[in-house]
Amino acid sequence: MSIVRPYGDTTGDGMVQLSFTLPIPHDKRAEGAAVQLANKMGMDPALLVHARPMGDGFTFFVVYGKVSHLVDTEKVQVVERDYPLLSAKEVNATIKRRLRRRLNVVGACIGTDAHTVGIDAILNLKGIAGEKGLEYYSELSVTNMGAQVSVPDLVETARERKADAVLVSQVVTQRDAHLQNTRAMSAAFREALPAGKRPLLIVGGPRFDELMAGELGVDRIFSRGTTPREVASYLVHALVGSSS
Amino acid sequence: MASKLDLDPRVVRSARRLAAKAGQPVVDLARSHTTVSVERAVLRLAGVQGADQDGIPWVNRLVDAVRADVGLGHGVAVPVFHAMRSTGVDDITVLAQKAAAGAVRFDVPSSRSEVAAVKRAAKRATGGGLKIVDRRRAERERLVKRLGDPKQRPWIYLIVATGDIYEDIPQAQAAARAGADVIAVIRSTGQSLLDYVPEGATREGFAGTYATQENFRLMRAALDETSRELGRYVRLTNYASGLCMPEIAALAGMERLDMMLNDSMYGILFRDINPIRTFVDQRFSRQVHARAGIIINTGEDNYLTTADAVEAAHTVTVSQLLNEFFAHEAGLEDWQLGLGHAFEINPELPESFRLELAHALLARELFPDAPLKWMPPTKHMTGDVFRGNLLDGFFNLVGALTGQGILLVGMMTEAVVTPWLSDRDIALQNVRYVLTGAGNLHEDFAPAPGGFIQQRADEVLGEAVDLLAKIVDDSLLTAIAEGTFGIMKRPADRGKGLDGVARHDDDYYNPVTEALEA
Repeated sequence: MSIVRPYGDTTGDGMVQLSFTLPIPHDKRAEGAAVQLANKMGMDPALLVHARPMGDGFTFFVVYGKVSHLVDTEKVQVVERDYPLLSAKEVNATIKRRLRRRLNVVGACIGTDAHTVGIDAILNLKGIAGEKGLEYYSELSVTNMGAQVSVPDLVETARERKADAVLVSQVVTQRDAHLQNTRAMSAAFREALPAGKRPLLIVGGPRFDELMAGELGVDRIFSRGTTPREVASYLVHALVGSSS
Repeated sequence: MASKLDLDPRVVRSARRLAAKAGQPVVDLARSHTTVSVERAVLRLAGVQGADQDGIPWVNRLVDAVRADVGLGHGVAVPVFHAMRSTGVDDITVLAQKAAAGAVRFDVPSSRSEVAAVKRAAKRATGGGLKIVDRRRAERERLVKRLGDPKQRPWIYLIVATGDIYEDIPQAQAAARAGADVIAVIRSTGQSLLDYVPEGATREGFAGTYATQENFRLMRAALDETSRELGRYVRLTNYASGLCMPEIAALAGMERLDMMLNDSMYGILFRDINPIRTFVDQRFSRQVHARAGIIINTGEDNYLTTADAVEAAHTVTVSQLLNEFFAHEAGLEDWQLGLGHAFEINPELPESFRLELAHALLARELFPDAPLKWMPPTKHMTGDVFRGNLLDGFFNLVGALTGQGILLVGMMTEAVVTPWLSDRDIALQNVRYVLTGAGNLHEDFAPAPGGFIQQRADEVLGEAVDLLAKIVDDSLLTAIAEGTFGIMKRPADRGKGLDGVARHDDDYYNPVTEALEA
């Protein structure tokens, strides 16, 4: 079945919930305005279930309602994992057999971003959700440059370490900093190194759109929920070839 | 609060003794070194203000000029005030401007009487800055007396972070009206690694607003207005951390900020700032905070965001004990120690809530007179805002049950967006419900003698003592280099800001340190 509607408690009921704030004081008119917004968003009927004034001149609303929209799952565009998921053992064995040296990975948070939680989750031995980070893989040589690394420093370190892959994490998204930083980074690598010598460029962060890789000039984008094993498997797929 | 954990007082004493032993070499290091930022703080207290047309503060230009001529080892006070006397310039900011233009040469006078006269002048000038700090402290005490403290404990601590001080102000005032007792203005990402303090009112920052003297002044004035309107004194918090912590501490003192984030090791571990730079800057900034009557907030919660909150629970205790030692050594009193800890145990773990209670109670009982700062879950906030709100409710309950002093309000949208107006409102409802609903439940809450909570507290304290003993053997700098705290490895000869550190010469003179240690 490729056509679906939201599910409240009955198939096909189309029910969704929505919360938002309007910059107006709470009164009858404000509630009407909230319903009007919900209607315009395709919720009809819209059931205003909660309205609460916040400070001077703001009201918070919760609306439940039925949407008429249908979604066609056939027409959804996503980046599906197009490489096999390998175990740590398989990753190490493949690199050893095919590359015959360790694969060099350099990771950093660039720009002013000080949130190392993402890069640390992927790189640190500790890893995330019970999965060990890339430092655990014996055939990966990992350099974690940490937070607030400048793009020139990153390029220099990548060159020095003969990086096969560069992993960049971006958490802060205010004023689209993550997109600007990523573009600056990929441009710097293009400028500094000829095509054949350029490391694989990978960015990750909770607010990236995985479809934007081409636009940002990187090879791959990883979004929220990515695990070290997925990244390691991708590295093998992209740099070493299949494990068979 | 009566003892609930029945901790062995001998173990507690031995933990404190070990912390002092581990900390003392670092204090000695701090007493024998200075940094560019300590010297700039001295000049700020002596009255240097403003910045050049590129936004580089005159204090930076002046310290750089002195350093180029005579190095930092004498301290800047003597060369600067000697130059004032010999050039006849009587405005220190004008001297800085002339020095930046290359029109002043600095040296250290050889005549004893000249040195004595110069020191007197330096002391007078920096005394003026300290007098402002003292006046601000008295002002706070008056306002608290007149308007009153929050009615409940813990104090409710809320963050604003728009990047624009003029947007922050109405948000902070709205937060205070909605029940916040403490407003923290988060700094722009990256400020901690700036080796200067930006100037003036600022309207753009990333994920936060620059800490500047003018921003401090504007926000404090706005909150004074709101405090009067609400009939309770609303406190203001900022960050004395990063490469400029001594200067920011001085500015905070002069603008009557009430609390400052000021951890002894955070910059080292999480910003890769050189350990020696950090410890030297730390000691000076804490001395200023002690004088200014500012409550410091330490950053132990951060360890748990990188390390596992159960395995690494004892590193929090160790850091709290070290922070306490360094704070006392710098003259801070117990009521000024907002020692940090956090609700960061994986909620999937069986008994996670019981473990949180044990850890929170341990901190409470180890530091009975400190207003502990209780930090909400961040690491296990997944973007599922409904579950996040529930976790925050349990976090609030631990806060109420264990008598925490300062409760940072958790946001269900942690890891999703910087908090929206409605996120903050929902979060405050959560806090109010739990604090009101639980009321004085802590009176009835006594963990079973020898039960899970007491055992866990004993276990963590025991591990803390073992780790402290190891730190005493290896030295604290080695422990930091080896990644004992929060997993990061930070050797003492690396990290940012090392080039701004200098060993004291025999004739080193710092009129501010002298006054603060008097």
